[in-house]
Amino acid sequence: MTQPVLKVNQVRKSYGAEVVLEDISFSVPVHTATVFIGSSGSGKSTLLRCINLLDQIDDGSIELDGEDITAVDADVDKVRRKLGIVFQSFNLFPHMKVIDNITLAPMKVQGISKELARENAYKLLDRFGLHDKAENYPDRLSGGQQQRVAIIRSIAVAPRLLLLDEITSALDPVLVNEVLSTVRDLKIEGMTMVLATHEMGFAKQVADEVCFLHHGKILEWGTPTQILEAPQQRETKEFLKRVHEAGRL
Amino acid sequence: MSNEIGRPSESDSGAAPYNFGGEWKPSQLELDRRAARKARNRRNAAIAILSSIVVIGGLALVAVTSPGWKSLSDTFFAWAYGVEVLPKIILGFGTNVALTLIASVCVGIFGLSIALIRTSRSPALAPFRILATVYVDVFRGIPMLLVLLLVGFGIPALRIKGLTNNVLILGTLAVVITYTAYVAEVIRSGILTIHPSQRAAARSLGLSHFQSLRFVVLPQAFRRVTPPLLNDLVALIKDTGLVSILGVTDAVRAAQIASSRSFNYTPYVMAAIIFLLVTIPLTRFTDRTLRRSIERQNATGVA
Ligand SMILES: Nc1ncnc2c1ncn2[C@@H]1O[C@H](COP(=O)(O)OP(=O)(O)OP(=O)(O)O)[C@@H](O)[C@H]1O
Ligand SMILES: [Mg+2]
Repeated sequence: MTQPVLKVNQVRKSYGAEVVLEDISFSVPVHTATVFIGSSGSGKSTLLRCINLLDQIDDGSIELDGEDITAVDADVDKVRRKLGIVFQSFNLFPHMKVIDNITLAPMKVQGISKELARENAYKLLDRFGLHDKAENYPDRLSGGQQQRVAIIRSIAVAPRLLLLDEITSALDPVLVNEVLSTVRDLKIEGMTMVLATHEMGFAKQVADEVCFLHHGKILEWGTPTQILEAPQQRETKEFLKRVHEAGRL
Repeated sequence: MSNEIGRPSESDSGAAPYNFGGEWKPSQLELDRRAARKARNRRNAAIAILSSIVVIGGLALVAVTSPGWKSLSDTFFAWAYGVEVLPKIILGFGTNVALTLIASVCVGIFGLSIALIRTSRSPALAPFRILATVYVDVFRGIPMLLVLLLVGFGIPALRIKGLTNNVLILGTLAVVITYTAYVAEVIRSGILTIHPSQRAAARSLGLSHFQSLRFVVLPQAFRRVTPPLLNDLVALIKDTGLVSILGVTDAVRAAQIASSRSFNYTPYVMAAIIFLLVTIPLTRFTDRTLRRSIERQNATGVA
């Protein structure tokens, strides 16, 4: 049994009196994708932010490659170097061209030469059909293109684990498919991922495991087929029914 | 929108997939519209010119025909005398220029440092944060003239060996002290307007705190604060004239000397014109940068 890339143990997180995450435990084996679904406010983003150490957990622990990253003496910068995160809003750097957005971290964090960083970036852009956008500023790109650049930017540092937080919720259906196929490609290449999404297509097409989050607790988990087609919990059924009615299944 | 039909879809990131038959030529409708627009622009320009001539010419006429005009123009606009003293004033203005250059470099360095200290979260910098805040509050709150007097006459009064009593250096010091406080605030506000998600994105890519500042936050902040910084530069140029009260022979002092000798105020007017020759182009330039930065921000929209 190989060690999972990510192991979350009984994590708890609250903002003031409001408990946002409670007793969250799961693990993500290498080359797999875990997808979190659940209604707005259920704590999906908070969970990803905690994994990325942008937020501090109240209890429990998080291990990355067997190393406790929530330990007091953990090196936050080093941990973040192993994690890629893409947010719902694209957060590209507006003052830099697409190519510079992508090469910044490889050059400054990993110390790769400019030539090599650009070469790698162009390879990635090529693969995701964005080669001709390299010299543009982000505001000249469509939403879907911006989001794909954001994904490329975060995988350019070859992270161990990629965290994707509702990366399609700002996009229209056509662009959603564009981004979805990018994520599917990453999955095929063996990227280990944790996703939070309202888009059941993601759950269906890329998930190895789906977790249903409800009021900060994992109520139900299993394969996409189990959760999406034969949910056991009343809350899961209700949630899926609502998603279905909204036409997103 | 009907005029969007022929455009290749942007999302297909690639070459234009289709083409609607040959070169586009504007239709008669569009040609008519363009002709009408051109005619309207010409009419607007004509109206603007005419009304300017009437208003400005009218004002000039009233001034020139007023009873006091003769003595007024003798006192302030004795051009022959003005030209005579001009070299001295220009020489003095060299001091203002040098002072501006040196002061703005120092102000830039110190202002940025103080802004960085005030926006940092590091616990080790806590005492410096307090000091920086006090400094900014104090020197933004007192007239620069007072700072000039305190530094220019106060420091020599200490009679400490090794401390300069060169009025030019002391004057520059006073200008730097005051303007550092203004500029630090401008830069700080620029840093604060950069959305925290930008820093979060940089940090999550593994960039250190310093790298995030250097490559992500500061470049964007500087773009936003360029117009107000240019405004401060214009103000600084003007305020270098204040060091004349310490006895520095700048343009203002040179004009004062000339004027007190002749009891004519034309030298002051000449000095004013020299200042304007520098400040007006700079103000126009500031305006243009401001307009451009607003356009850029509007174009960027949500992203
Ligand atoms: N910084 C914060 N301070 C206080 N409360 C917060 C903060 N961030 C999130 N919360 C609260 O935590 C709860 C979970 O928020 P979270 O953003 O994790 O939900 P989510 O599942 O991602 O929702 P959505 O699907 O709408 O993105 C919400 O009730 C929210 O109000
Ligand atoms: Mg969220």
